[in-house]
Amino acid sequence: MSTRVYMDNGAGRPVDSRVLEAMKPYFTEHHGNPASFHSEGFKALDALNEARGSVAELVNAAPGEIVFTSGATEANNLALLGAAQGNRKKGGKVVRSAVEHISVINIYKELSRMGFEVVECPVDETGVLILNELDRLVDDDTVLVTVMTANGEIGTLQPVREAAELTHSHGALFHTDATAANGQVPLDVKMLDVDLMTLSSNDLSGPKGVGALYIRKGVRVKPHMIGGGQENGLRSGSENIPGIVGMGVAARLARQEMEAESRRLTQLRDRIIEGLQAAIPESYLNGHPTERLPNNANIRFSYVEGEALVLSLDDLGIQVGTGSACAAKTLEPSHTLLACGLKHEEAHGSLVFTLGKNNNRDQVEYVIQELPGVVGRLRAMSPLTPEELR
Amino acid sequence: MYSEKVLDHFKNPRNVGELEDADAEGTVGNPVCGDMMTMYIKVKDDRIEDVKFKTFGCGAAIATSSMTTELAKGKTLDEALKISRQDVADALDGLPPVKMHCSNLAADALHEAINSYKEKGTKK
Repeated sequence: MSTRVYMDNGAGRPVDSRVLEAMKPYFTEHHGNPASFHSEGFKALDALNEARGSVAELVNAAPGEIVFTSGATEANNLALLGAAQGNRKKGGKVVRSAVEHISVINIYKELSRMGFEVVECPVDETGVLILNELDRLVDDDTVLVTVMTANGEIGTLQPVREAAELTHSHGALFHTDATAANGQVPLDVKMLDVDLMTLSSNDLSGPKGVGALYIRKGVRVKPHMIGGGQENGLRSGSENIPGIVGMGVAARLARQEMEAESRRLTQLRDRIIEGLQAAIPESYLNGHPTERLPNNANIRFSYVEGEALVLSLDDLGIQVGTGSACAAKTLEPSHTLLACGLKHEEAHGSLVFTLGKNNNRDQVEYVIQELPGVVGRLRAMSPLTPEELR
Repeated sequence: MYSEKVLDHFKNPRNVGELEDADAEGTVGNPVCGDMMTMYIKVKDDRIEDVKFKTFGCGAAIATSSMTTELAKGKTLDEALKISRQDVADALDGLPPVKMHCSNLAADALHEAINSYKEKGTKK
């Protein structure tokens, strides 16, 4: 079986062919700058406006509330550094959940160096934010709270609306990083009552190198990219028109196709979770059993290490992610798994399956068929494996 | 990121398993760090007649264990004690820098086993 089963879509997705086709003319034919006062400039401006409208529509925002960036990391920077610094008079405390993306964690470290008091709100063993704890931590000195919409590693969906409401009761701003959630679950900034929301193009099957930040009208954010004043002065630099066009089309397609696709992926996800746990002893689901992204399955296998699993699966044409320290630049095990209460040795042996349009039922069955042998081979080699599993 | 040799030794590890009648064994690392290995040695006339390993860890941990057994087999105990982490990495055409310290423990496990054997000898 010459197979390529790519199930690491959370790390990098293929661009939808319809998106790519829509982008192509903007590399060559329509190469104008939206700031120019001639027909090529107007063409670029029209494309920019149309994309802004599509992205706004995906999250029920007004087009003027969307700022395009170079990706989710930049959107997080603009949102968190910008809102904290832009509202410093309000107070000196910033709060985040314990399971945020590394970009948010490191931006908060930077805020700490700037003199903000940084507070981390814990999650329960399924990765869900503990609202009672948030209630205890957020006070009138709090400027900003950030809680991701869903965790890209363990898939857990967060009680964003409740967290935002609690935050607003203290007059603080609320940001949510929707990178892993956008394109997977419906997002409505008004219903969720968030002030800032990070969006990612690649997670919508759009191109990499583009993202967006929703900024509720009237919310003050201090810009960091200084230049010609593009994007309403919040993000200077000539706009990446081909990329932005791609994100716009991807957002439109996501809005039209998400419901059916999420239903399809939920079935595949649940088959992986159920099938692997049935086929492999001492395998456990990480994250919440039901409150999870339709495309995410995260399974932990005792006595083996994740990078070795990933390498072995790659040999069989299967590409997945892992929360193992050994596959990380920092050599630290996943902070998300540790925040859920897993021990270090437990956190090493996890695999992350993030599904996408490119996956189907046959591929899922292939994974369920092949993984027991891979785990078994590594367990046979491991000094930790108990006698009965060898 | 891994050399062909590392991948080969990861996929087809040499001398993996336990030695039932081992004369000594040595264990280094711990599961908290993500890497742990045990080396078993069989000694005859001051030479390592047979050597096997068991390893919990990443691709580099398994490949270095495998290569260490290949380097050690047939060597005298004193020769085997001179096998360094660098020798193991060199024999595998190098390791990514980040893996040099965390996962390249097999030589240490071999030395543990040899020292354990020598200690037993002095106690006789």
